[in-house]
Order: sequence, then structure tokens, then C-alpha cells
Amino acid sequence: MSSLLSALFEPGWNSSEPVLTAVVIGGGAAVVSGVVGVLTVMRGQSFAGHALADVSSAGGAAAFLLGLNPLLGFLLMGIIAAAGMESFSAHRIRERDLATGGVLGAGLGLSALLLYLDVTSKSTTGAAITVMFGSMFAMPPSVVPLALAVGTSAILAIALLYRPLLLSSLDPALARVRGVPVRLIGLCHLLVVAFAVALSAVTVGAILSTALLIGPAAVALRIAGRPGGAMLLAASIGVAATWGGILIAYDSYDWTGGHGWPVSFCIVTIIFLAYLAAGCPARDKVRAAARPGKGSVQAAGRG
Amino acid sequence: MREESGVLAVQRVSVSLSGRRILDEVDFALHGGAFCGLIGANGSGKTTLLRTILGFVTPTSGRVVIDGGRRLAQIGYVPQKIVLDPAIPMRTRDLVGLGLDGHRLGLPLAARARRRLVDAMLEAVGATSFAEQRVGELSGGEQQRALIAHALIRRPRLLLLDEPLANLDIRSIAATVSLLRRLALEYRMTVLLSTHDMNPLLPAMDCIVYLANGRAATGRTEDVVRGEVLSRLFGEHVDVIRVHGRILVIAAGAGNGASTDIERNPEHVVQVP
Ligand SMILES: Nc1ncnc2c1ncn2[C@@H]1O[C@H](COP(=O)(O)OP(=O)(O)OP(=O)(O)O)[C@@H](O)[C@H]1O
Ligand SMILES: [Mg+2]
Repeated sequence: MSSLLSALFEPGWNSSEPVLTAVVIGGGAAVVSGVVGVLTVMRGQSFAGHALADVSSAGGAAAFLLGLNPLLGFLLMGIIAAAGMESFSAHRIRERDLATGGVLGAGLGLSALLLYLDVTSKSTTGAAITVMFGSMFAMPPSVVPLALAVGTSAILAIALLYRPLLLSSLDPALARVRGVPVRLIGLCHLLVVAFAVALSAVTVGAILSTALLIGPAAVALRIAGRPGGAMLLAASIGVAATWGGILIAYDSYDWTGGHGWPVSFCIVTIIFLAYLAAGCPARDKVRAAARPGKGSVQAAGRG
Repeated sequence: MREESGVLAVQRVSVSLSGRRILDEVDFALHGGAFCGLIGANGSGKTTLLRTILGFVTPTSGRVVIDGGRRLAQIGYVPQKIVLDPAIPMRTRDLVGLGLDGHRLGLPLAARARRRLVDAMLEAVGATSFAEQRVGELSGGEQQRALIAHALIRRPRLLLLDEPLANLDIRSIAATVSLLRRLALEYRMTVLLSTHDMNPLLPAMDCIVYLANGRAATGRTEDVVRGEVLSRLFGEHVDVIRVHGRILVIAAGAGNGASTDIERNPEHVVQVP
């Protein structure tokens, strides 16, 4: 195995500390994003996930400016944004999307200001790239303990709230009748999404963390038969894409004469290819053929 | 002091929504084991009344008393339909299981007892054949059965159903009514079921809550569905005609261009089956 790896990949990839940090944090972020992403897609909140990811960039930019732990910055901003979306939001989906859009606009504006200050005060242009698109091989090891704590609490929260989350994504009225505090559960879900996107933001960047949240989940939901299975599958796809991306990016230093391709690009491309591969309608055809007369399914809209 | 209330007592409940009075001093009680139709035209307030009983709508005056006070623990609720993307991997079996413990924290244990309960419930509503199928893929009638199983698995004392017969064909309507009647007896459940057409319920229903103009006429079916009672409720002369085992409620204005009445009360339109 290791001889195969060293034949395929540049030797040394597994002994460099930045690469190991990337492997550990990237893998952890992918697991959390996969698990949380499945619920996010099931609840029809991909847009909210995307908005949280983008808005957290303001926190990353602020952390850069103040010299704080970048994960802390992404996380705090994500939490603020999640709370904002929930408090502006109403039951109707269109109003929910408007609240999300409002917070997204304000957050990105703040991000523009902070990134501008980063660039002008630190006279470096790297900040914007790092915050938005990640710099996986330049993560400070100080990120690791906080990342571990954030990832663990996100997974624990999902495990704890698993059934109320599923039931309220099925139908809020049914959940209320079972005594589930639907709004509180919704807020908890958004907070967990904020945790997940903050973790991915330090690896693939704030903008691309949506890809890690939604992509593997979308693939897994096409294939898996149950929510739990979809979560495991999404986590696996995310980890495979992240580690694959790290290896390719590490290798690419060699092919490209020292510049290399950004890790984020490699990871997100792998996810997209997986999405295309799963997107072929084979499964739908099989299901339709297995159940003649059930071709016309209910409208896919959510009320 | 404990009032004599039966399983459900709706006590002089008035509801206003956006400043409009929807329910006006609605007052009735259901006794244990009653199978009751909540009848009214579109917009007469059936859903509003059910949501008030569930506690989702706060009455402007009056109150709802559920026997034992623990409202939600006692009520099973079947919404008219739920909209779920077929791409979501939630099977009929999962929906029914969530009826049992969807409010619990923590991961579900794959306990054999839970599986047996779910299987028995699926069997009882005739949903075994689509137990493994995704909820989003079910037909209207199949989804109805799945939702009934979801509501019943905790053996509620009171079952509320909102338009469970809408979108069903005649045979499914009859099958659903007799299924509900059988389950109500078996589980000793009180049932309140909304519909705009009372006829399919006639073989099963033993009491009626008839809504019109925000007010309700309630009692045993044969006491409520009478010309003088409904005339008082509608505020105009109404004839009740029994023909071939069906009941037709006909307003005096119907047939000579009283289009507003026909719109408000579709039962005014005489349909010959
Ligand atoms: N949130 C609300 N705000 C204002 N008015 C409302 C609201 N919800 C319902 N209404 C009004 O209350 C009236 C009763 O509505 P409801 O949904 O209870 O009728 P229904 O008997 O269930 O009708 P249908 O047979 O069409 O389901 C309608 O006129 C409706 O427009
Ligand atoms: Mg209604």
C-alpha cells in the first residue's frame, strides 16, 4: 500500500506537518459537513447553509485583522448570522429566504470592509484568498484543538437531536403535535450548520465550504436508502474528496513546476465529479422500472 | 371543580384571525368513543377549529379542555397531506416510527420491540406493502394510511383528521372510513374528522359538528341534520332531503341564481349520484 502510494504520489507527503494538519482537520471538517449537510438538504435549507458559509468570511477576515485564531472568527460570525436569520425569519419559506438573503447581504458587505482593511493595513493580498478560498497547507497547528472541539460538539448535537430534526423536516405540524419545539430545533440546526461551515472554512475557505456541505450530501441522498446511511455516505465521500484533493494538490507541485494547484480546487472538483457521476439518471430509471405505474410522483416543492 | 367534559370539550371558543372572526362561540363536547364528523364548506373554519384544539391557534375567548390536560400526549393528528420530495430517503416505516418516538432525544435504538410495534401498526392500516417505499413516492391514499399509522402508533385518546377523504376516489373513501371506524373501536378512540361532504361518513358517524357562518350546530347526526336546525345555523331557509341513503342540504336560494350561497356552501348544489 505505502509503496503504491509513493509510486503514485510524491514521497514525503505524509511526513510534512502542514500536510498532516490538513489531513486531520480536512478529514474532520468533511465528516461534520457530510453529516450536517444531509440534514440541511433534507430540510430544504441549502441556501441558508450557503449564506452562513459566505457570511462567516467576515469573521475570518476580522480574525485575520486582529491576529486571532481564524476558526474562532469563522465560528463566531456564523453563530451571529444563524441567530440573525432565525430571529428575522418566519414560518413561510419565502420569508425565510428573504431573511437569509438579508443577512447574507449584510454579512458579505462587512466581509468586504474587513478584507479591505486586512489588505490595506497588513499590506498583503493573501488575506482575501485565504479567507474566501482557504489555504489548507498553511493552517496554524493552533487551530487543531478548537477544531476538534467544534467538530465533536456538532456531531454530538446531531446525534442528540436526530429524531426531532428528522420529524420536523418531514412536516413541522406533525413535529409540533409530537411536542417538538420546532423553532428551537430549527435554530439548533442552523447553529450546527454554522459549526460545520466554520470548520470547512478554515480548510477550503468560506466560499467553498458550501461545496463540502451540500455536494457530498446531495450525492449521498441520491444513493442511500435512509437518512442515517446518507449521513455516513456523505461523510465518506467528503473525506475521500478531501484526502484525494490533498494528495493531488501535493503532487501537483511537481507537475506544475513548483506552483501547484490550490487544494480547494482539487477537493471541490472531486466532489463535483462525484455529483455528476451520481447525477446520471440510472437510479431513477431502476426505481421507476421496479414500480410500474408509480412514475408520477408528488410535486417536489416544499410547503 | 371538574367539569363533565368527556374526552374533548370545546367551550364557547371564538377565534379571530387578522381581525376577522372565524369561529364564534363554538361549543361542543365529545364523549369517549364518539366518531364525529366536522362538516362545513370551504372556508367555514374546519382547519382553524382543529388547529385550535391542537393548541396551535389561541382562542380570543373560550377554551379547549382535553381530558387529562396533557393535550399533545392525548392527541393524534392527521394533516390533509404532507409534501415531501421523493428524493428524501424517508420510508413509510420511518414515518410511522417517528410517530412513536420522533420527539425523543438521542439516536434511535434498533430495538426489536420498536420494530414489532411499527410492523403491527403498518399491518393495521394496510400499509405493509409499501412499508419500504419512500414517503414522497406514495399516492394520496397510501400517504393517508401512512399518516394515520403515524398518528395512531402512540394510541391517542383523541384522533383529529383534517380532510382525510379529499383527493381520494370513491372506493378509497369508503375504505378509509371503514378503516377509521374499525381502528376507533379497536383502540377505543374518539375521532373528529373534517370533511365538506358528510355523505361518505353517514355509515360511520354518530355525531356531527356542523360549521357555518362561524357558528356550529352539534349533536347526534339525526338531530343536527334537520331543516329547522340547519336553517337557524345558515340564517336562511334550508331543506334537508334524504334520498337513496344520501343527505342533500339545499338552501332556498339554490337553483334560482343565488351564486354566493352556492359558493359558500357547495352542498347547496344538488348532485345526483
Ligand atoms: N392565518 C389566517 N389569517 C387570516 N385569515 C385566516 C387565516 N387562516 C385562515 N383564515 C381564514 O379563516 C377562514 C377559515 O379557514 P379554514 O382554513 O379554517 O377553513 P376550512 O373550513 O378548513 O376550509 P377548507 O375546506 O377550504 O379547508 C377562511 O376564510 C380563511 O380565509
Ligand atoms: Mg381546511
